[in-house]
Amino acid sequence: MIITGATDIIEVEKGVKVIPGANTIIASVDKLVNWSRSSSIWPMTFGLACCAIEMMATGASHYDLDRFGIVFRGSPRQADAIIIAGTLTKKMAPVVRTVYDQMPEPRYVIAMGSCACTGGIYNTYSTVQGVDTIMPVDIYIPGCPPRPEALLEGIIRLQNKIKNEHGKWGYWR
Amino acid sequence: MSPHLRRLATKELTINMGPQHPATHGVLRLVLDLDGEKVIKCTPYVGYLHRGTEKLGENRTYPMVLPLTDRLDYVSSMANNIGYCVAVERLLGVSVPERAKFIRTIMAELTRIANHIVWLATHALDIGAMTVFLYSMREREKILELYEMACGARLTVTYPRIGGVRCDINQEFIDACTAFINEFPSHVEEYERLIDQNRIWLVRTKGIGVISAEEAINWGLTGPTLRGSGVPYDVRKCAPYDAYDQIDFDIPLGTNCDVYDRYRCRMEEFRQSVRIIRQCLEKLPGGLVLNPDAPGYDMAAGPRKKPAPPAPPPAAGAAPAEAPAAPAGPQFEDLYVATEVPKGELGFYFVSDGTGKPYRMHVRAPSFVHASVLPRLCEGGLVADVIANIGTIDIVLGECDR
Repeated sequence: MIITGATDIIEVEKGVKVIPGANTIIASVDKLVNWSRSSSIWPMTFGLACCAIEMMATGASHYDLDRFGIVFRGSPRQADAIIIAGTLTKKMAPVVRTVYDQMPEPRYVIAMGSCACTGGIYNTYSTVQGVDTIMPVDIYIPGCPPRPEALLEGIIRLQNKIKNEHGKWGYWR
Repeated sequence: MSPHLRRLATKELTINMGPQHPATHGVLRLVLDLDGEKVIKCTPYVGYLHRGTEKLGENRTYPMVLPLTDRLDYVSSMANNIGYCVAVERLLGVSVPERAKFIRTIMAELTRIANHIVWLATHALDIGAMTVFLYSMREREKILELYEMACGARLTVTYPRIGGVRCDINQEFIDACTAFINEFPSHVEEYERLIDQNRIWLVRTKGIGVISAEEAINWGLTGPTLRGSGVPYDVRKCAPYDAYDQIDFDIPLGTNCDVYDRYRCRMEEFRQSVRIIRQCLEKLPGGLVLNPDAPGYDMAAGPRKKPAPPAPPPAAGAAPAEAPAAPAGPQFEDLYVATEVPKGELGFYFVSDGTGKPYRMHVRAPSFVHASVLPRLCEGGLVADVIANIGTIDIVLGECDR
């Protein structure tokens, strides 16, 4: 896109238009909120098992999650999303649920890896068979562990999901 | 103490650290009793990642247990696979072709580098040096690319097999590996330039977590955590497996027994690993990579066939000897085999009842032993040093809780 003058209207996202010179954004509230929300998903620094290493690798220099506006936060109270990366055991389940309850709305859950999706190969006495038994899940990423590209794809799908939400703003939502 | 100061005396405070904490390397939970900034009691709680691997292993045949082992210590999965395979090979009496031994040694040392990179990245990140994380993860990706070239997987590889490795490496891999080990020592220097003389790093690591050689042995520490205290114990030297008896390498030792010396040990291990890989690539013999007689995934779960002892030649004229009757009931035998994984001594202990499944499989995980020494390292120190101590013992909770 070529910016010829300060009065050009640039569509940065479907339904979100920006006039660079005038410091103006034209959009419906829905589109504006979704656009800003999907462009800065802050997931929590929270790894359970093997998938956490792949999550770490995705956040590091080679795959670089920062370019999606994703910065890991240490506290659940400042996080938008939680990536359940790894096997969830019955001992850990109440902790994860507490962490999820501490997150402010709107909150999103990505189940990363076979263990978080369904329990995977660990069909044992100590393992929770899928994280969706204790909390709602938005995106499932299968794989043992999923490659970083798969995690990126999952995050992009979460962004698309956020972009298509309606009325998820304001206290009356 | 003046009455004014006495009024400032602190009350004991118990805080909970973990299991959700960015610096506990997974789901370790510590309960710290603090007097001001001083830790007076530290109690580790483990088991938040207990997946029942040992129990699962009892219900699978020996080749089927293999994929479970790379999810034990997921930072160095290849080394865990190799440790398991070496143990099962001794139990079942399977020989390994020479070429497979060398390929395994290359893979084990690449894993050592990858593991120490993750250790360095997280240890430095916890202490406050973010740049080291970004620099070192770059090199880790190159190692994972080498894994992909060899077997197609990045993290949970399941590349070694009982009796060798799954597939041969090609010239493309050898070239890429040579290029990597040629450039890697310069990257080690790069990491050292970032933190070796860094005043914050020195203050945070020197004289912290001191444990004498005698005490370290008594706690059962192994690997670089023990060698930082100056004990030259390395399974690769003491009980060589794979190709380590044909390779020349040194064991780096520390002298001051503190966090800094353990860091120095691991940095030297980077260089020794490069040296080992170079020798392996030079000496790499040809031939098979998998023993064709080794048990595969079609191994029967029933009683194993033992190789028959050579029958004595029948005496002339005598009646053919009766075959000795098979003894009734299961024949129990047990075996403990240790290998040197990047974190320390990984041992597999099997009790076998003569069938295709282990009757009992126990994993001697270095992380579990190392987690038990945390109270000894932390008590009496400051609360900020707890992070340095967790980093220096290099634990992974998947292996610790199993």
